[in-house]
This record gives sequence, C-alpha cells and structure tokens, in this order.
Amino acid sequence: MIEEKLQVGEDEEEQTPVDPLTVSRRWLLLTIGAFFNAVVGVAVAVPVVKYLVSPIKSDDEYKSWVSLGSVDTFPVGETRLAKFTNPVSRAWDGETDRVACWVRRISEKEFQVFAINCAHLGCPVRWFPQSGLFMCPCHGGAYYADGSRASGPPERGLFTYDARIVDGAIQINAGQMPTLSNTARLVQIENAKGGSPCAG
Amino acid sequence: MRRLKTLYTWFDSRLQLGEPIKEIALHPVPNKTASWWYVFGSAAFVLLMLQIVTGILLALVYVPTAGQAWNSLNFLNHQLTLGWFLRAMHGWGSNFMVAVVLIHMAQVFLFGAYKFPRELTWILGVFLLLMTLGMAFTGQVLRFDQDAYWGLGIGASIASRVPFIGNSVVHMMLGGPIIAGATLSRFFALHVFVIPGMLLAFACLHLWMVLKLGINEWPMPGRIVRRSTYLTEYHHLTKKDGRPFVPGAVWKDAFFSAAILAAVAVCAAVFGPYGPGGQPDPTIIQTAPKPDFFFLWLYAVLSYLPPSLETPFLLIAPVLGIAGLVALPFYAGEGEKSWHKRPIAIIMLTTVAVAWGVFTHLGTFTPWSPKMNAWSGGSPIPVRYTHDASPLQRQGAIVFQSKQCRNCHSIAGVGGERGPALDLVATRLTEDQLIRQVLQGGGNMPAYGKNLSPSETTALVQFLETLHPPNQPAAADASRQAAMAEPVPKP
Repeated sequence: MIEEKLQVGEDEEEQTPVDPLTVSRRWLLLTIGAFFNAVVGVAVAVPVVKYLVSPIKSDDEYKSWVSLGSVDTFPVGETRLAKFTNPVSRAWDGETDRVACWVRRISEKEFQVFAINCAHLGCPVRWFPQSGLFMCPCHGGAYYADGSRASGPPERGLFTYDARIVDGAIQINAGQMPTLSNTARLVQIENAKGGSPCAG
Repeated sequence: MRRLKTLYTWFDSRLQLGEPIKEIALHPVPNKTASWWYVFGSAAFVLLMLQIVTGILLALVYVPTAGQAWNSLNFLNHQLTLGWFLRAMHGWGSNFMVAVVLIHMAQVFLFGAYKFPRELTWILGVFLLLMTLGMAFTGQVLRFDQDAYWGLGIGASIASRVPFIGNSVVHMMLGGPIIAGATLSRFFALHVFVIPGMLLAFACLHLWMVLKLGINEWPMPGRIVRRSTYLTEYHHLTKKDGRPFVPGAVWKDAFFSAAILAAVAVCAAVFGPYGPGGQPDPTIIQTAPKPDFFFLWLYAVLSYLPPSLETPFLLIAPVLGIAGLVALPFYAGEGEKSWHKRPIAIIMLTTVAVAWGVFTHLGTFTPWSPKMNAWSGGSPIPVRYTHDASPLQRQGAIVFQSKQCRNCHSIAGVGGERGPALDLVATRLTEDQLIRQVLQGGGNMPAYGKNLSPSETTALVQFLETLHPPNQPAAADASRQAAMAEPVPKP
C-alpha cells in the first residue's frame, strides 16, 4: 500500500463570484430555517419541561391518611417509634419507601405524632425516655417530650403529623418528607434559652 | 518502519490531525514554567480520565435502583473478583481529584494566572471545581447507604429553605415527595451523564485555552500585567527564554500524573473501598450520618451557625462565594502576579485554608453532637469519683449516668463534648446555680425540671458538688454563708 499525502482542503483556487442578490436570498433562507428550528424547538421544549417538573405537586396530592396500627400498641404516657409505608411509592423503592415517626400518647384520646426528621436538617432524631428528650445525632439539636425545641441549631420544634383515631387505629396524614417549606404548623419558635421547665 | 510510516500517512491524510497536534506539542513555553508547580492541572485531567474509566467499569455491575443499589455494591465488594479494588480506585480517585483540583486552584491564584488574558480560563476553572464537587456529592449518593440517604435528607432540608419555591425545589431534587427510587435514578443520571458530560467538555475547553493562550509565565516581582503590552511581552518571553512544550515541560507532568495514579492505587489497595455503610432503611434510626471528607467543613459550619443566620448563610453565601470567584479576574485582571507583592492574596488564601482545615478537623470528631451511647455504652463513672462519696452523692452519680447527662457532658474524659466537661464544675457553679441550671437549663442546655424528681435533683447536685480538686474548695455563695452563719452573740 503506497499512499501519497492527500491534497485535502488545500485547493487555493478562487471561488466564482456570485450575484449579491443570490447571497442575500441564501441568508434569508438560513434565517427562515433558523426561525423554523426555533419554533420546533419551543414546541418540543414544552413537553420536555412538563416532563421534568412533573414531580412538583401540591402537598395534598402527595398526602393521604396512613394507619400506624391499633392505638393499644402505644401505651399512655409513652413515646414509641412507629413505621409505615409511604402512600406514594414505586415498586423499585426497596426499603426506602418506609418511614418512621415518633408517636407520643398523652392520654387515652390524645396523641402527638412527630416526624423522624430533625427540624434543622432532616437527620433522624432519637427519643431518650430517661431524660425525656429527643436528640439529633447530626448537629446536636434537642427537643422536649412535646416536640418543642430544647436546644441546638433547630429554629423550631419537631414537625408533627395530623393524627386521628379511626376504628381504634391511629392514622396520620403523611406522604412527603417534612421540611421547613411544607410543614407550616409551628410548634414553638424561640431562641436558645433552654425553654421553661413547665413547657416540657 | 517504512510500513508504519505509510500507515500513519494513510490515517493522517484522512484524519488531518497530525499538523495541529504537532503545533500544540511544540508550542514554546517560558523556560521557568517547566516547573513542578505546573503539574496539578494535568494531574487533575488524568484523574478525570481515571474516574471515567473506573466509573464505566463499575457501571457494568452497579444496579441504580433504590432496592438493589446497596446489594450490588456489596456484591462488588465481596463476590466479584477485584470489584472491591475498582470501587476503591474510584473512591480514592475522587478524593485525589478534589484535592488536586483544590491545590491547582490555589496555585493558579497564588501565581496570578487568572489575570489578563486568562480570565475565562479561570472562570471555566471555577465551574470545573463546582462540577468536581458535584460529582463528589452525587457519587456519595450512589453509594446508597445510610449516610447517602440522610445526606440527601440534609440536601433536601437545605433546598427547602429557598423562599417561596422551596417545596418545588425539594420535589425536583428528590423526584417525588420522599427520598426513594426516583431520587437515586436522577442522581445516577446526574453522576453518569449530565455532570461528566459537562465536566469533560469544560475541561477540554479549559485545556484548549491553556494551549492557545500559553501557560502562565513564572511570576516575577515588578513584572506588571498590562492589557496593552502583555501579549507582546509574553510572546517575547516564549521566543527569547522558551522551550517546546514537548518534551521540555511535559515530562514533569507525565512523572507527576504517574505518581498520582500510583498513589491512588496504593491507597485503594491499602485502605480499600468506601462503604457501603448500613443499608438504606429509613426506619433504622440508630445512625449518625456524616458526609465524606470534602464536605466535613460544611457539616461543621452548619452546626456552629446561630439558628437565625443559618438560612441566609446557606442561600446567600454560596452565591456570593461563586460570584466572588468569577469576578476575581475582572477586579484584578491587571497588575502584579508575584506573591511577593500580593500580601492580601496571601492572607486570603491562608485564611481560607486555615478555616477549611479547622472546620474539617472539627468535622472529624463532631464535638457539637451528643454522644448517643455515652450513657449506656461508655464506661461508668470512675471509682475515684465515688470512692469517698456519701450514699446520696453516689445516688447522684447514678442519676448523672442514667439521665444521659453524659451524652453531652464528659467526666474523666469520657462523654459528649456538646456541653462543658464537668470534672471541675463545682469550682465554677455554686449549689444553687447548679440546681437552677439543671432544672431550667439555659445556655443551650435543655431544662430537666420535668424529668427529674426533687430527690433525683438533690442527689445529682450533691454529686456535682463533689467535682472539684482536693486542694480547691467548691464555689460557694458568700452572702449565703454570711446569712446562714450563727449570729455573733452581742457583747
């Protein structure tokens, strides 16, 4: 195989002069072509954007009432961990569609259900019955038994779920990860003072 | 040899790449830039290549679904021949890449390389840094374990603080209402397609500009950059005191890159892969999530900020930081390049480096977090603290342990560091002050009034009163002593 170097793109011959009218016609056609592309682009972009933002829904669309089991599993005066499967889930979620929450039974009929997520940055808070505190392992947030803020970086108390009792079972209105933007119900806001001993 | 030459000619006459590559390889660089200080950029690029190769190899096995990702990582670690090594290479390659990119940036800043005409090279570099960090974060998410799960929770909680559209941002980030299958899928797409694609394109543009504009010359005090004269001066420098890039400067790049790759391989072989940690079951709450090394500083900052400053800091500081970096070459596009004449630049770099180091160090042992198991899993109160104590004081020591005081307060060096160590507390607080502090809390301490009976409180405070050195008495209220003293009989 003997190959000479190809003379590609080295043709220095001058182009034949073209009528300026033809040139402007070509530019016009290109402009129309570009415009046509823009129209098609927008038409295609609309479904793409709709597809992309489809996870954005209102709270009510995601939330529904979930049962945490019989009220008898939660003794009066105690705070216990409850687990449920998120009402919105997919077959390939594995274990991640499971959610934990803290159920505090104040009296026969009175319940408080707290989100597991710290109101600071969402880490899982743990309940310590001996000292009556929820403590967060991440940045040191602490809450009293009623969910109000005790100390640390959280700006507010624990997030709570709406709870009700139906046919002897406790139900909560759940469905999405509680954050500062979707949980408007403030439990308590105050600066780091340690709280009143009567508040807990 | 003749055949090889013919083959080369056959390909090159079709590819037409020989000439431009030769031109790039032989372009002159200033002699002094053939320095070991100029090797970090090429090392970062080589690490990017390593990440792409090891990433593709891992993608052959990894299953990007929330239900199976964790299992497939364990399969890679334990069942597949040398799967652990590939994971370790990718993990350590990531660490090295972030580190080398940061060093490269510091060097470029120190050498004034962002000045005219290399402003855009710097700006692309800023985005390359952000994308590298983005890769590190999304990569941590793909290691779908407990840390990844709760790390996403932290990310979502930060996103939720955006005013007005916070909830929508969270939904977009998670792909739904909770951290689940949809979340992992979109982080997989980000980590494997979106960010690497941009990273590669930006890195090539960045490199193109370095080659076309020429490598930054070695800064000399007094050699001032001026827009009007710089290009001519640089041209003279490369002509008068230059050498061809290949092989004059590139051999150092080659050596350093090889050393870095060897270092990654050694770290991978010695230290092994990262995780995965615990399985990503959100109902297992016995976990203390922690980010990877290069995000520890942020983790520390987030626990030290006062609550009222947190949201503004989280939302405004990154914008200001990035804007500052992008604006730098426009603010200081001319002038001195030498660090000998740029004291403020040195102070800034040192401050950032020291702050970063301190926060990262704090992040490794998280003194702000209660030690969740200090009361139950740690050692009990040492005997020497209770040896000569009264029964009431000993009962107080039991209260101290069982009420989890030790999760936040250390005694004998064991316990949390959230609150002060209490070994000498009796010298600082009087009995009344101790009672008040325990019952009402304050200064970031919760109030225990509702969770301690009066007898428990008395016992606890009696025990705390013993915590002073033998040669230093416990703090006492002088007025109380006077009031309680026996009245002096009148003469």
